[in-house]
Amino acid sequence: MDNDTSRREFIAAGLLTTLAAACTSNKSPFDREEDVTPSGEKVKLLSVDGEVVEVDKAFLKPLPHLPSVSNAEARKGIPGKKFVMVIDLSRCKNVKACQASCNHAHHLQEGQNWIKIYPMKDAVHTAPYWEPTTCMHCDEPPCVKVCPVDATFKRQDGIVLIDNDRCIGCRFCMAACPYSTRVFNWGEPDLPAAIADEPYNPETSVPQKRGTVGKCDFCPDMTRMGMLPHCVSACPNGVYFFGDMNEDSVTNGSETFRFSELIRDKAGYRLMEDLGTKPSVYYLPPVNRLFKFEEGIEKDSTDNKS
Amino acid sequence: MNLSDKKITSDLLPQKFGTRGKLWVGILLVVCAVGAFAYIRQLREGLIVTNMGDYVSWGIYISNFVFFVAVSLVGSLITAIFRLTNISWRTPLTRIAEIIAVSNITFAALIIIVDMGRPERLYFLFTHGRIQSPILWDVIVITTYFCMSLLLLYITLLPDLKIMIDAREKLGKRFSKFYRWLGGYWKGTREQEKIRDRSITILCILIIPVAFCIHTVTSWLFATTYRPGWDSTNFGAYFVSGAFLVGTGAVAVAMYVFRKEYKLEAYITDAHFDKVGKLLVLLALLYLYFNVNEYLVPAFKMKKDEQAHLSGLFTGDFAPMFWFAILVGMIIPILVLVFRKGRKPLPMFIVGIMVVVGAWFKRYLIVTPTLLHPFLPKYDAPARFNHYFPSWEEWAITMGSMAGALLIITLLVRIFPIISIYKTLEDKNKITRSHETAEQFGDVQVY
Repeated sequence: MDNDTSRREFIAAGLLTTLAAACTSNKSPFDREEDVTPSGEKVKLLSVDGEVVEVDKAFLKPLPHLPSVSNAEARKGIPGKKFVMVIDLSRCKNVKACQASCNHAHHLQEGQNWIKIYPMKDAVHTAPYWEPTTCMHCDEPPCVKVCPVDATFKRQDGIVLIDNDRCIGCRFCMAACPYSTRVFNWGEPDLPAAIADEPYNPETSVPQKRGTVGKCDFCPDMTRMGMLPHCVSACPNGVYFFGDMNEDSVTNGSETFRFSELIRDKAGYRLMEDLGTKPSVYYLPPVNRLFKFEEGIEKDSTDNKS
Repeated sequence: MNLSDKKITSDLLPQKFGTRGKLWVGILLVVCAVGAFAYIRQLREGLIVTNMGDYVSWGIYISNFVFFVAVSLVGSLITAIFRLTNISWRTPLTRIAEIIAVSNITFAALIIIVDMGRPERLYFLFTHGRIQSPILWDVIVITTYFCMSLLLLYITLLPDLKIMIDAREKLGKRFSKFYRWLGGYWKGTREQEKIRDRSITILCILIIPVAFCIHTVTSWLFATTYRPGWDSTNFGAYFVSGAFLVGTGAVAVAMYVFRKEYKLEAYITDAHFDKVGKLLVLLALLYLYFNVNEYLVPAFKMKKDEQAHLSGLFTGDFAPMFWFAILVGMIIPILVLVFRKGRKPLPMFIVGIMVVVGAWFKRYLIVTPTLLHPFLPKYDAPARFNHYFPSWEEWAITMGSMAGALLIITLLVRIFPIISIYKTLEDKNKITRSHETAEQFGDVQVY
């Protein structure tokens, strides 16, 4: 522990020195909003040279965002990747943490949901289950086919995105999408001024703009930073697995599987396979469930109950 | 026709609006102004002023667009198909049909802009257009059809312009100046006549496939999606047949109104109504046939996804409107018009209105119910998206667009002859000539 305390002191001293050096300017890149007092709660971290280190939680600062990529770069995608998602229906009990974190991260409007969680019942005598849907990021995307101005496009890494600076608001893509995944900004989005004034980035889909279409983007800004999409990391039950088909691995943050084995062994399938849209989102059937269907009902929003 | 050339000319020259005409124009202007006000509101607030939602993402703007495109097809039917098939009684109807075509295709183009979330980006269709998208096909064919309809109207007008320039005293100086600007170069020489005749023939041949294209492509905006009720190979033919029906219905209404208002009984005769009535029966039967195909075949199978949609139409929320559109738009017109008495002017006028109103609701039924039955349940979306009834802004804009189309027709009729004077004179003189020839050779031709 001694070792760690000295490390912390070293970091703190370093920061103070920098602060002193930059005292002429109030806004140094290493400036802290307020003085941080150690909380005593330690966090284990992996350092860049592969060493596990322990740091006081109070000293953690959010990673500064990478500069957003150019529009041309965002249209191309991340080379060598083919993103894929696996949704394990046996683990979902409609907690809606995925939806909440997605709505928060993308500054969605009241009532707009890019992730929808459906109570599904396939036939009269079969058991109901909760089915979360994201954008399917189809390999034959009907929405991209019909877009008249290339506002929605398919990237080489498999992700389907929207350029809100290009969208003319014809809503043909919404009619074409069989998965009801797209939402429209019918009015002026109510956003904090700082966000509304940002230039639009197709990789974050922020800020949403009036008269244009929005939908799940598979969070390519997160993947660029080597992190998981918001829904995946928010889900407490590990329903969502995200990964790269070329690496053949998917993870929900705590468990990692070989993608091909997972969908083979658990009989994965895709929604509306018969339409030929070739989604990038796979589902694992709701067998050997962790929860009863009924456990999810109270979490349902009032809109759905009416 | 035993009228003198002079009488024909003075009967058919454009006339000033009477009190009723002025009132009519005034009402149309007011409706247009209300529509424009609603559109300004929509431009300010966004499409939020409509009652559309993420499920019903296309509402009456789109069904109204389909309606306008449908009505505009009649120009090609009556002018082009009738000309190429040598239907001699078409003369008093062609100008009316062309004017209806031009006004409706204009408003089809305008109303689709109204539906856009970002109308200021319209030019992206040209700077960033993707030819793979059916919307681009629609832009191309509708623009082409608009230009061809305008040309057809203009070229057939040329000899009439000359007649109108000659009748300067009667029509006033300002109008005369306008006519000279439009067609002062037209002298009616043999050379000019030859070019004009050839141009009309070429246009008439070319406009038929373009007309089929505008409505087929419009149907493909729906048929290229997966949705129940739209996912149909029948859609192109179904739309085109419906379009000919509603357009001819509109012509029947216009014939009655103009004949009464401008006292054209000698030109638009009961025989014309009789013939248009027969045509309407044929077209209504044809459209009914496609409707049977469109609804009965999927209803026989009742696939799960189609079921909610179809039972909504047959017995559910949309049943009253559905059966209204089928009965009033097709079956009752057929039953009335198969009888000779039903093809008299007044019943034809009423049936024409029924056909047009039925057709408008039919377009609504094609667009909205399908969108209310997505593949996945309507869920995790605001409850207001689960229903659709247009807002007052949507109604105002829709009514405004219809008033606008009627206003264009009214103004064009104020400026130009409703019936081609030149062609009427030509027809008359041809008949006289052929009678003379017939007497000579002892063989009477019947027209």
